[in-house]
Amino acid sequence: MMGPLLISIYVFVLAMFVGREVITKVPPTLHTPLMSGANAISGITIVGALLVARTADPTVSNIVGAGAIVLATINVVGGFLVTDRMLSMFGQKKKR
Amino acid sequence: MNDAGFVQQTLVPLLYLISAVTFIFGIKGLTRVRTARRGNGLAALAMLVAVVTTLLDMGLVDYRWILGGLVVGGAIGAIAAVKVEMTEMPEMVALFNGCGGGASVLVAIAYLWQEVVESGAGDGMTPSALLGPDSALSVVLSILIGAITLSGSVVAYLKLRGKISGQPIMVPGRHVLNLALFLGALGLGVWFAFFVAEASLIATVAVVVALLATVLGVMLVIPIGGADMPVVISLLNSYSGLAASATGFVLNENVLIISGALVGASGLILTQIMCVAMNRTLANVLFGGFGMQEQETASGPASDYGTVRSYGPEESAMLLESAESVVFVPGYGLAVAQAQHVCRELADLLESRGVKVSYGIHPVAGRMPGHMNVLLAEADVPYEQLREMDEINPDFKETDVVIIVGANDVVNPAAENVPGSPIAGMPVLKVWDAGTTMVIKRSLSPGFAGIKNSLFENENNIMVFGDAKEVLQGLVTELKQAAAA
Repeated sequence: MMGPLLISIYVFVLAMFVGREVITKVPPTLHTPLMSGANAISGITIVGALLVARTADPTVSNIVGAGAIVLATINVVGGFLVTDRMLSMFGQKKKR
Repeated sequence: MNDAGFVQQTLVPLLYLISAVTFIFGIKGLTRVRTARRGNGLAALAMLVAVVTTLLDMGLVDYRWILGGLVVGGAIGAIAAVKVEMTEMPEMVALFNGCGGGASVLVAIAYLWQEVVESGAGDGMTPSALLGPDSALSVVLSILIGAITLSGSVVAYLKLRGKISGQPIMVPGRHVLNLALFLGALGLGVWFAFFVAEASLIATVAVVVALLATVLGVMLVIPIGGADMPVVISLLNSYSGLAASATGFVLNENVLIISGALVGASGLILTQIMCVAMNRTLANVLFGGFGMQEQETASGPASDYGTVRSYGPEESAMLLESAESVVFVPGYGLAVAQAQHVCRELADLLESRGVKVSYGIHPVAGRMPGHMNVLLAEADVPYEQLREMDEINPDFKETDVVIIVGANDVVNPAAENVPGSPIAGMPVLKVWDAGTTMVIKRSLSPGFAGIKNSLFENENNIMVFGDAKEVLQGLVTELKQAAAA
């Protein structure tokens, strides 16, 4: 029998290993885009933010939750866009 | 009724699983040049799936706050992403990191308020009894890691911007103070989560924990010098992932745990790569206060130079005219001067004269991992010409001229021949093997390691003093005139 916490810990540990295996030998050219892309992924907190901002009446939790949505959305939208902007410079115009 | 049960219990978890798997494919794509752009797109798609799934899960609620937050955040993020200069990438990534950390803190606090404080349930029951011990502890961790990420990233941003000194700032007794802050924040957190059954007290202590962690984040980053920023940014990147994972533990949501862990792992790997590139341990970067011990070392005072040869643009251009192979070694000075385009222009000009051109990139050149690669890519430098340190080091012997643009510590021979030097053992670019080294630099002032660079005194080295962009522009002009004459 596993409690929910234990399952979560399993998921976390296994995901760390997946991350480690997937991200081996990144060419230095891609260090910055990998970092900013990963950064955008960490904006997944937006899911949590949506869940806590759901009620309509302006309570503390609601306002704080809306603040969390703003921050997480900046992270997500800004992160993916800027990564794409960088990567668009890498690939296509290889020959001049 | 049945439909709603199906959506929430089967469809939603499956969609989250699809999202998590897509994130994995996305981040995998980001590790290869050919697939990187698609990988980033996949990750963005995964995020969209996660968000839509969450909205689906929530069903019909009042969307006003949610929409407002999405629109405001989306607009700020989009404008920032479009307007930022490539030279400012490190600052931008630091800020985005901070936003991720900040969001984690706010989610944890909002959740605590919603379930414990505002419901009034916290009067008479501890958060642990209400939310379960795992969620209660995760709230504490989420606040801790998130706040450290937020304030640490803001300090990193301010340092990169030059708003506060890039030099390490040492607070006396900071190790003891930091340990006290950490234990205090953690202790108070555990205390309110497990032992306090009074809503108002829980609320107050949670905010105090957030504030203590904020101060800790500042204290952790402020003693770290500008040259160590690649390590710090990678590490904060990793923290922002861990903060997202912690939020996942709070809400018991696997997609957060998985994607947070992916980011945590990638940040740690980059941190490790950066540490290896500087021949230092992570502990040394975090606690060492690099660059402060300058005057005590064997290499002598940082600004005490013997004879150095200084050339103007004309003489330097003549040197280039007779070269058959040229290697550029860019550093942070290239970014500061925004000289990447004119650097490429000079390279083109040389190539059109039949000169073999390449770029030697040190892994920690600049202020974040891969900083130089991004700048040169912006200037349309073909990435086949960008060569890694280990690959290019043996070739310097056959190189006629190495042009060092705004780099210092990464070409310092002291790393190899002065055992007591702060950078002793750090892998460096062995530019001194080349026929001539040309250092474009404002002055003889030391780099971030705060030490003298004996390369500048070498007989086959010439200094070209000035702003990198202006000097390179001068070289281009001279070469063009020489060709026309």
